Amino acid sequence: MPISIDHYVYLSTVLFCIGVMGVLLRRNAIVLLMCVELMLNAVNLLMAAFSTHFNDPSGQVFVFFIMVVAAAEVAVGLAILVMVYRHAKSVDIGLFNKLKG
Amino acid sequence: MIEILFYVLSFVSIVTGLMVVFAKSPIHSVLSLIVTFFAIAGQYILLNAQFLAIVHIIVYAGAIMVLFLFVLMLLNLNKEAEPNKDIAMKLAGVISASLLMVTLTGALHGSVVPEATLAVNTSNGLVKNLGQVLFKDFVVPFEISSLLFLAAMAGAVLLGKKHPSQITDSEIQKI
Repeated sequence: MPISIDHYVYLSTVLFCIGVMGVLLRRNAIVLLMCVELMLNAVNLLMAAFSTHFNDPSGQVFVFFIMVVAAAEVAVGLAILVMVYRHAKSVDIGLFNKLKG
Repeated sequence: MIEILFYVLSFVSIVTGLMVVFAKSPIHSVLSLIVTFFAIAGQYILLNAQFLAIVHIIVYAGAIMVLFLFVLMLLNLNKEAEPNKDIAMKLAGVISASLLMVTLTGALHGSVVPEATLAVNTSNGLVKNLGQVLFKDFVVPFEISSLLFLAAMAGAVLLGKKHPSQITDSEIQKI
């Protein structure tokens, strides 16, 4: 591997922190879900990098499973958001205040 | 050559990642995220993970982002109707995310990754090789993930369906 593993570690760290910042900053729930996707992708990239570094294909299979979980998560999350929008005509994250269970 | 590609792709992914967070309109966020995903797919190709790169493009850029775009357009959320948080909250968010980044990089800076013991095998990421691993060592997780998909599909349909009491009379007459 021509590029050292450190570079990938730092790149993934930066991408993950951008995702965290998005979750902290934004109010729109759909953008929030997108930032979660960004964080998942940072972790995927790191796992693929280590898989190549240690020459072990199991890491790439794990990335595959994370993609599966991410796809299921987005499908259910967007369905919930559509339902929230139908009730409240907005997807502001502040609406979830009402969920006092 | 490969190093230049790495730095270009990293730069693109970080800049578009920041655009996802700071874009005013959600549509711009979605489009920036698609560019980020393509840059990450390029990183996978640099890592000799060709199968992952293709699956990444198909699943993320092809399926997930289309779903996001579809919901945004369906709900007509393109307007910049986001109520502004006060500046203190925004500053707190940026500062805490930066602190997290400083902490993580500081913790990772001194860490030493052991050198790879095996010779680099560039065919690891090909479909043939990954299929062998997936269907020999990871059969049970694979089947469980199919159950997960079934549950997610049922949940999405159930959540997306209108409750019978919410259907108005005019809609019934249309049917």
